[in-house]
Amino acid sequence: MTTAAKPSKLIKGATGDWEIVVGMEIHAQITSHSKLFSSASTSFGGDPNSHVTLVDAAMPGMLPVINEECVKQAIRTGLGLKAKINHRSVFDRKNYFYPDLPQGYQISQFKDPIVGEGEVIVDVSASEQIIVGVERLHLEQDAGKSLHDQSPTESFVDLNRSGVALMEIVSRPDIRSAEEARAYVTKLRTILRYLGTCDGNMEEGSLRADVNVSVRRPGEPLGTRCEIKNVNSIRFIGQAVDVEARRQIAIIEDGGKIDQETRLFDPGKGETRSMRSKEEAHDYRYFPDPDLLPLEFDQAYVDELAKGLPELPDDKRARFIAEYGLPPYDAGVLVMERESADYFEAVARGRDAKMAANWVINELFGRLNKEGKTIATSPVSAQQLGTIVDLISAGTISGKLAKDLFEIVWSEGGDPNVIVEERGMKQVTDTGAIEKAVDEIIAANPEKVEQAKAKPTMLGWFVGQVMKQTGGKANPEAVNTLLKQKLGI
Amino acid sequence: MSVDQATVRRIAHLARIAVRDEEVPHLQEELNAILSFVEELSAVDVSGVEPMTSVIPMSLPLRKDEVSGHAGADVVTRNAPGAEDHFFTVPKVVE
Repeated sequence: MTTAAKPSKLIKGATGDWEIVVGMEIHAQITSHSKLFSSASTSFGGDPNSHVTLVDAAMPGMLPVINEECVKQAIRTGLGLKAKINHRSVFDRKNYFYPDLPQGYQISQFKDPIVGEGEVIVDVSASEQIIVGVERLHLEQDAGKSLHDQSPTESFVDLNRSGVALMEIVSRPDIRSAEEARAYVTKLRTILRYLGTCDGNMEEGSLRADVNVSVRRPGEPLGTRCEIKNVNSIRFIGQAVDVEARRQIAIIEDGGKIDQETRLFDPGKGETRSMRSKEEAHDYRYFPDPDLLPLEFDQAYVDELAKGLPELPDDKRARFIAEYGLPPYDAGVLVMERESADYFEAVARGRDAKMAANWVINELFGRLNKEGKTIATSPVSAQQLGTIVDLISAGTISGKLAKDLFEIVWSEGGDPNVIVEERGMKQVTDTGAIEKAVDEIIAANPEKVEQAKAKPTMLGWFVGQVMKQTGGKANPEAVNTLLKQKLGI
Repeated sequence: MSVDQATVRRIAHLARIAVRDEEVPHLQEELNAILSFVEELSAVDVSGVEPMTSVIPMSLPLRKDEVSGHAGADVVTRNAPGAEDHFFTVPKVVE
């Protein structure tokens, strides 16, 4: 909070510069088979009220029993955020009434969360990293789902999500722009997916963000914030920050003041709107849930979980730079998804790592994006791409033919070695054959030969002709050398 | 510590309990009687005493992550005042 405002992050208002301050509460659905306090399934998209036990429906006398896997997932996530793990935490009741909350309260953690302070290293751009502090992570229950468009007079309630375990991850107000907000959520999502503690699927609501936005003059104390609830895509998070900051600046510059309130982002209209209906209910009267004892474990329990953690994205990125000599940006792109990083390593192992990185990032990722596929559904396996890289390194095929080969493997599959053999794609390195083609071209074009002697850039034309005659298979270096010799340039 | 009539109305509202105006003075009296009774506890010095969470020394029981016990949508919605197509139905709540 004490750090000076970065001039590049400021935005211009009518009366001068403004700094945006953003803090976020991310609700991440824990990856588990069953719910936090009941044995109902957590799988997405079941028939209405089919994944509901009598506990989730809050029938009288039902008691919550905590799912140990959810506890472990929260600890793993805390470790991944380099955060303090609290060996004793307490569950509280957060009291409010809403039709999708049959208990009349949400079981959450208020005073004593399972995870304390940590941090996330955020890659904002190829040249800028920032650190966003994590204030806490706590366990809580998700609510059910209300549908408002099924009937003109009634809301429909489905309790399938009711009781599913969530981690609420609260950041410090360390974010200064829409771009940083997007980068923070992107990085947090990457970490959660590496850890396997949340699938990060924003379309299915596994990851939602409440975004707190305020503005201030550089160097001044924090302004009044507004909370934008339940933003469900990374792009919308960025838009919501920009739109809300602009709205606040306009109000203050007009001599008004900001009311602290909860707002909703409408992506269609590109505006935020007040959610006045929930405002007066902001007295949650938290108290320790008498149905649940404090959650306690020792350091040995934490250490055991730490041993099982995978290599995390920051460590992997550092290793890719050191071990494979990759530029930091390329390394960052490769470690965004664990599957991509594994794929790259399978291609790079024992080969030219930079060439492998180029092929994975430029050819493969480019193609996957274009076709809306992921690394998991890639038609080209790491082994196939590795073989292509081998063929280039060995000089068997040229870089240009390698791209054709990639296309064939992409659409038809098969062993690249066999394809090269069967379709005669091998680069001709046999000087005799190339020489023959060169001689023929020179003999057939005497006037061009004369021109080339005066103007050496004509060489390109000859290279093209030779390549054409050899079906693109001639080694370009050999063609160049021979032509220069024979043309005397 | 005591509560005034506005607080009584507010507590009733938060708990979604309908309270008629003529009931408020009586409830205020009852609540204040309870509060003064409980207030006697504040005579005890509890500084440095851990809050007791259980009368017997036991820790929070943990459950394995296994799926079971779905009641079935028919059973879940059986006692609901309103249900349709296995959904609960409630008077429209729109934000």
